[in-house]
Amino acid sequence: MNRFILSRILQAVPTLWVIATLTFFMTRFAPGGPFDAEKTIPEEIKVKLHSHFGLDLPLFDQYLLYLKNLLQGDLGPSFKYPGWEVSELIGSAFPVSLTLGLLSLCIALLIGLPAGIIAALRQNTWLDYLPMSLSMAGICLPSFVLGPMLIFAFSTQLGLFPPLGWYGATDWVLPSLTLGFFYAAYVARLTRAGMLETLKLDYIRTARAKGASDWRIIFGHALRGGLLPVVTFLGPAFAGLISGSFVIETIFFIPGLGKFFVTAAFNRDYTMVLGTVLFYATLILMLNLLVDLLQAVLDPKSRSSS
Amino acid sequence: MYSHRLNNLLLWPASLALWFLLHGCTQPTNVEIALDEQILHFGLGAEPQHLDPHLATSVAAHNILSALLEGLVGEDPKTLKPVPGVAHRWEKSADGLTYLFFLREQAKWSNGDSVTAHDFVYSFRRILNPSLGAQYASMLHPIKNAKIYHAGEKSWDESKVGARALNDHLLEIVLEYPIPYFLELLNHYSWFPVHRPTIEQHDAYARMGTAWTRPGNFVGNGPFSLTSHRINSVIETRRNEFYWDADKVRLQGIHFYPIESVDTEERAYRSGFLHLTQSVSADRIDYLKEKYPGELHCEPYLGTYFYRFNLQSPPFDDLRIRRALSLSINRERLVDKVLKGGQLPATTFTPPGTGGFFPTPKFPYDPQLARQLLMEYLDEKGLERLPPIELTYNTSEGHKKVAEALHGMWKDTLGVEIRLLNMEWKVFLSTISRGEFSLARAGWIGDYMDPHTFLQMWRSGDGLNMTGWSNQSYDAALARAETSVSPEERMDHFQTCEDLLATEVPILPLYFYVHLTLRHPSVKGWHPTLLDHHPYKHVYLATEDEQ
Amino acid sequence: MSRETSSSLGREAWRRLRSNRMAMIGLWALACFSLLSIFGPLISAFSYDQQNLDRVFEGPGVEHWFGTDNLGRDLFARVTHGGRISLAVGLLATLVSLVIGVSYGMISGYTGGRIDAWMMRFVDVLYSLPFTIFVILLMVLFGRNFLLLFLAIGAVEWLTMARITRAQTMHLKKAEFIEAARALGYSHGRILFRHLLPNLIGPIIVYATLTIPAVMLLEAVLSFLGLGIQAPMSSWGSLIKEGAEKMDAAPWLLFFPGTFFCLTLFALNFVGDGLRDALDPKTSKD
Repeated sequence: MNRFILSRILQAVPTLWVIATLTFFMTRFAPGGPFDAEKTIPEEIKVKLHSHFGLDLPLFDQYLLYLKNLLQGDLGPSFKYPGWEVSELIGSAFPVSLTLGLLSLCIALLIGLPAGIIAALRQNTWLDYLPMSLSMAGICLPSFVLGPMLIFAFSTQLGLFPPLGWYGATDWVLPSLTLGFFYAAYVARLTRAGMLETLKLDYIRTARAKGASDWRIIFGHALRGGLLPVVTFLGPAFAGLISGSFVIETIFFIPGLGKFFVTAAFNRDYTMVLGTVLFYATLILMLNLLVDLLQAVLDPKSRSSS
Repeated sequence: MYSHRLNNLLLWPASLALWFLLHGCTQPTNVEIALDEQILHFGLGAEPQHLDPHLATSVAAHNILSALLEGLVGEDPKTLKPVPGVAHRWEKSADGLTYLFFLREQAKWSNGDSVTAHDFVYSFRRILNPSLGAQYASMLHPIKNAKIYHAGEKSWDESKVGARALNDHLLEIVLEYPIPYFLELLNHYSWFPVHRPTIEQHDAYARMGTAWTRPGNFVGNGPFSLTSHRINSVIETRRNEFYWDADKVRLQGIHFYPIESVDTEERAYRSGFLHLTQSVSADRIDYLKEKYPGELHCEPYLGTYFYRFNLQSPPFDDLRIRRALSLSINRERLVDKVLKGGQLPATTFTPPGTGGFFPTPKFPYDPQLARQLLMEYLDEKGLERLPPIELTYNTSEGHKKVAEALHGMWKDTLGVEIRLLNMEWKVFLSTISRGEFSLARAGWIGDYMDPHTFLQMWRSGDGLNMTGWSNQSYDAALARAETSVSPEERMDHFQTCEDLLATEVPILPLYFYVHLTLRHPSVKGWHPTLLDHHPYKHVYLATEDEQ
Repeated sequence: MSRETSSSLGREAWRRLRSNRMAMIGLWALACFSLLSIFGPLISAFSYDQQNLDRVFEGPGVEHWFGTDNLGRDLFARVTHGGRISLAVGLLATLVSLVIGVSYGMISGYTGGRIDAWMMRFVDVLYSLPFTIFVILLMVLFGRNFLLLFLAIGAVEWLTMARITRAQTMHLKKAEFIEAARALGYSHGRILFRHLLPNLIGPIIVYATLTIPAVMLLEAVLSFLGLGIQAPMSSWGSLIKEGAEKMDAAPWLLFFPGTFFCLTLFALNFVGDGLRDALDPKTSKD
């Protein structure tokens, strides 16, 4: 097991290096620079700004300098907000996205798991059709439609929750619901499919024949099998939650990482873009490792395939 | 075998829903609480890049800096005319070149230090210091010899820059040439003072990107001081007890929210989260006028929305085509049907009333003449029709709407095919500055109340020109306006400039900006002004019955 | 010999599909929406970019079946035109991901050994990239090219296709008819494309049908960020975005494109599920 973890960590290093290089050169080759503004800057000032940020060095030197700083853990200052370090900004934004992601995941599981289980156990009844139709809606309805609907209903009209922001706990509800709904739908479908698979297996029929109650069947036997596809889905899903949250963050005005990333790309804030991309990539690599470990625990058969 | 206990699983989502509905139980909104707390919740529209007045460039920065700092003069809340600020009076020499500012003794920084004339000289030095790289340093070029110092060849003393502190509370400024609007200029944040000990403590004199502007470090002399700054979230300010006029200030604090999405901002306003929005989407005007009468405000704003031609890109090298396009635009219709915010059609480049200038309307609507000119051109060139024209604009719903409307008008009147090309802001800027466009959207907001801020752009070779248009008569008229002392003469010269723009059509003025905003009725002491400046010290929150 | 088997398998699969009610409804719905998208703009009296500034924000009526938008453009024309764009993007991007993914997966699975290991490791690495982020970065940095849109979106989805194809290829590699073909001296290329590929069609089609909705959603998200289709053209995604903003003032602007979009996605999902059930007897519903 330790060798497995170690080899994965070692694999991560060249991966991150490739990502850093790719992103670095992609951003530099794009048209537009961080200091283009409508009130065109006099040349001398532009030169000054460029030299302050080291943009006057040859491109390859800048690249090497960046790598060197990176190895020391220095992500550099943000180009767009010069008084702030990229690591500070990521540090303030990440907990926000993390909370949003975790809450959405909780909602997804709290709604999706029971829905999927019931649908599987009461297959082809209304207890199956209803959750599955709702989940279909969840998959097909974009969050930038659901979000404003929820705000309109529960905030503007009913005044139950704040319409935007991330200042207190009440701010968490609507955004997490919007984001969570989508994933709840997926979780429900996957759970149902996984449970149906497992329920057909012989040992389940044996248990039923022996008179075991529904509860016993679910928690004693089928759930493991039902959970497996959900766990496999969770890794990329969580990463998707964090990276895909920019839509939610724009609608609900949440100072999360997704929003920082998109704004940085639009602003040609090179250091910020690089910082966020590397951060995400590291996060996803770690999550995938965790998910693989979890999978190995749940399903011994998959251990050998790594 | 139907287990009742199975149905307990249904309780999960059911109780979740119940908790969800019960929990909310109507919360008091920001606007409601503010009546007691006297905190103004302000939609800023964008996260300011710099809170350093010598580095700032945006409207967002202005809105915050005018709370945290104060210059030599202040503004009347209704007319924006100069009123005493840090200087309680001033004297001007007969030739209009020398100003003496008498600073008040009670003016203090937010840490209790006194504000002195030396602070102002230090601040001017800082922004003009070439090593700082301040984008707005040229605002101080009217000071005698400031340009020489800024060029970096000589030191401050060698250059003999015309700004010096005669004593702690007497500041003398000598100008290069007399400027009628000099006192108005002083309201721009580039002229604001900074606290020397703070700057030096953070080694920020000639460096950008230091920590001096963070809450806890920032020291200002304005009615409010900075207490909290979370990027993309909120900027909080509280009443500054050391401000010399603190007794007059009724607000206890201002919270600025940098919400970029105009829809999100509207939702925020409608849910009572904000008192003021930075803007309103044009499509929502009719609906909001109906639903929130008296809260939607369309206030004239000192700015012109226009399109730039690239005179080096055919067919725009030919005056007839430029005229044809201009004559086919029904500006009235554009303003009434598409924009609907009470904007005024722009029949000149400078908005009427700017610093007392009322240019004669030109840029008419004449589709027949337009077609005639087009036919002339096509016949002469032996063409069936014009090749498709590329119209470049930066991504925004508003710009898209205008571009699409004009696309319709040109298609109908001239049968011309227009290709709409939108690109995001950075790409747009670099494309325009490299001249890689035919026809591009543009806008200009006046920095001060004088036609000069608008007409100076079209001088040959000016950094903001970018059309490739160069006209000696124009340059001459502009130069004369800059140096004449008589207001009537100045206006005459500016009129000559406008006439030339109308005859040569290097640009297509479309409309004059209107500042669209939603403002809650409980905000008092807030008056519409052409520059959208609102001195916060006069603002307070009250319901209709109270005062 | 293999052809006979596959056609009777095919007929068997078709029979199973036809008995799946939801899948058949989905298939009919897809046909309807496609026809509407192709012919809608032709039967409409208005063009999708025809403005009428005197008739903005009108509700559905006799002249404008779906109502008008903020510039007085006919919504029916715009929704059907948008359908063309959205479906085109969906199909083309999926095609891109298919071509890349299937070729990659087949070659990797067939070759086996170290090359296969490295190829799969590469896929694993790419899998761990926040792909949406790269797509956004690409679109922001390099501009709004229609072609780039397909390529970028298609590039996001090929990985899973590659994995599935590889798994199937490895399974089939050992089958008798492949060994027979090799014994007969057929070239690898011929084996890959004339023998393996036809047997992979099943899972490929299933996966493709399920990729299209994902692609369309991704296009909608890009429209939300302002990175999608250029004005005055529209896609369902950009129409929905505009409609969502004006939900309370002009609900039809959201309702019609939203319904088309959601129902199409539903249909694709049902058909995809149905195909999966039909082609793989082990996961039958009863």
